[in-house]
Amino acid sequence: MRESRLTVDLAGLQLANPTVLASGILGYSAETVENIVNGGAGAAVTKSIGLKAREGYANPTVVQANCGLINAMGLPNPGIKEYVKEFKRIKAAVSNVPLIFSIYGYSAEEYATIAGEATAAGADALELNVSCPHVKDTGSEIGQCPETLAEVVKKVKASIIRPIFVKLSPNVTCIADVAEAAVEAGADGLTIMNTVRAMAIDVDTAMPILSNKVGGLSGPAVKPVALRCVYETFERVKVPIMGCGGVTDWRDAVEFLLAGASAVQVGTAVSLKGSNVFRSVALGIDKYLKRKNFGKVEDIVGLSHRR
Amino acid sequence: MAYHIADNRLRTTQILNVKVESPTVKTFSFRDGQCAKAQPGQFLMLWIPGVDEIPLSILGVEEGGLVSVAVKNVGQATKALHEAKEGDVIGVRGPFGNSFSMIKGSVLIVAGGTGTAPLVFLANRLLPSMTREVFVLGAKTRDELLFMNQLEQSFNRSQVQLVTSTEDGSCGITGLCTEPVEQILAKETFNIIYTCGPEKMLRKIFELAEEHRTNLEASLERLMRCAIGLCGSCTIGKYRVCADGPVFTSKQLREVKSEFGNSKRNLTGRKIPLD
Repeated sequence: MRESRLTVDLAGLQLANPTVLASGILGYSAETVENIVNGGAGAAVTKSIGLKAREGYANPTVVQANCGLINAMGLPNPGIKEYVKEFKRIKAAVSNVPLIFSIYGYSAEEYATIAGEATAAGADALELNVSCPHVKDTGSEIGQCPETLAEVVKKVKASIIRPIFVKLSPNVTCIADVAEAAVEAGADGLTIMNTVRAMAIDVDTAMPILSNKVGGLSGPAVKPVALRCVYETFERVKVPIMGCGGVTDWRDAVEFLLAGASAVQVGTAVSLKGSNVFRSVALGIDKYLKRKNFGKVEDIVGLSHRR
Repeated sequence: MAYHIADNRLRTTQILNVKVESPTVKTFSFRDGQCAKAQPGQFLMLWIPGVDEIPLSILGVEEGGLVSVAVKNVGQATKALHEAKEGDVIGVRGPFGNSFSMIKGSVLIVAGGTGTAPLVFLANRLLPSMTREVFVLGAKTRDELLFMNQLEQSFNRSQVQLVTSTEDGSCGITGLCTEPVEQILAKETFNIIYTCGPEKMLRKIFELAEEHRTNLEASLERLMRCAIGLCGSCTIGKYRVCADGPVFTSKQLREVKSEFGNSKRNLTGRKIPLD
């Protein structure tokens, strides 16, 4: 890869720029991931994949809220056996950018099994979804308990050699405590953060709108929360952080870098700006670095901690 | 900058009118200012509180914010909707997606089943500007030929022709609606073909259009969840039906030939053959 101001080394992954497709956004098929990569993404995270197929919840699965989106999709996915076929197609279509395979499970053993199949299919890294706010017994139940989380990370770490990112939940008392537990257990990087547990009620019918009643809030509404989570965690861990939560333009992305993120994930903004959002964010970061006389992205990672 | 996701929040409204169109199809009308600004081909998400939220093509809009949709009773959600009465509360978001290009001149419209709805909307809008129109309306039986009287009335002009076909021969030409289309295209050329209906039918019409070097726009249907281009449930090739469609041009359909008319994704995201 050609060196530039924007290139980033993320736990050994070489990214042409620090923008990454967040998990859950598109990501089923080779064609859609290719489209995102053509839009300028430096890396992409797949949908979260489990051991068995899941249909997810009935609609409404998405509520359009003030400055964001509440979703309770319910982790729909075709299961690891079926998905690896699609993943190999994705890999062939976008061989030039790192592909991070997101997985979820109901036990440490299950995470390890899926991790093994994902890496065998060519995953450049894994992202452990231990923070889905709307599916029982996986997700938050794991990500909110440092001991359970450590057990999952250790099991996965022992079974694969690729880098492991752990995607943390903001729905905890102290995210840095959980982050430390993940890193001590062997996490090579962190994604901060997953969605914020949220809901919406229709006043006319007095009914919760989501079929699952509760979902996760994403988009600009959660950016300040995500930024604080990254800032607090950066002071406690040494591994790279991918900032995630409401990044819509370059200024959002730079805020995350200054707070301590080495890269940023973009999800909800794809709806607003299409796949070119990645290119526009990356170009904006580049202009900022140039204007401020910084040579590389890493020069500003965590800069706000020194001010 | 306004955050457009928030501009299109779910809002509730009352069903104002229910009309039986066929043994399996009912039309529902309600007031919604935003959807009343929709263009032909766009769709909305309709929430049946406590049951489901489903995508529906917009059948028509009127001044004063009246919007109508045609619903075929095919599953749990549409059954619940068919049981709904005037005054019942529903939720609406939209309009979503793109719309048919409003090409003037000579137009061939091919409608199958409930795919007729967006094309009735289109035909009404095109009426003042077209020089020639043939509207092919197909269904399994005479009972299921939708909006025939309405089309006949508005087409009370010499340059507009309504051709019907039924699979059981109870009205018009016997067989699939692709048969009259084949005959029509052999005799006459059109500026454009607009079509909506079962995808296997759309594929056939697309191939006939390619053979006759005529531009086509087809409105597709897929499983939909978010309706705003994020979740990936409705993808066909690199396109998202909710955000890049639902109307696709011949050029785009050529790019997704392996899936168009052949496969879709189920609730788990797995690719499965089309019925």
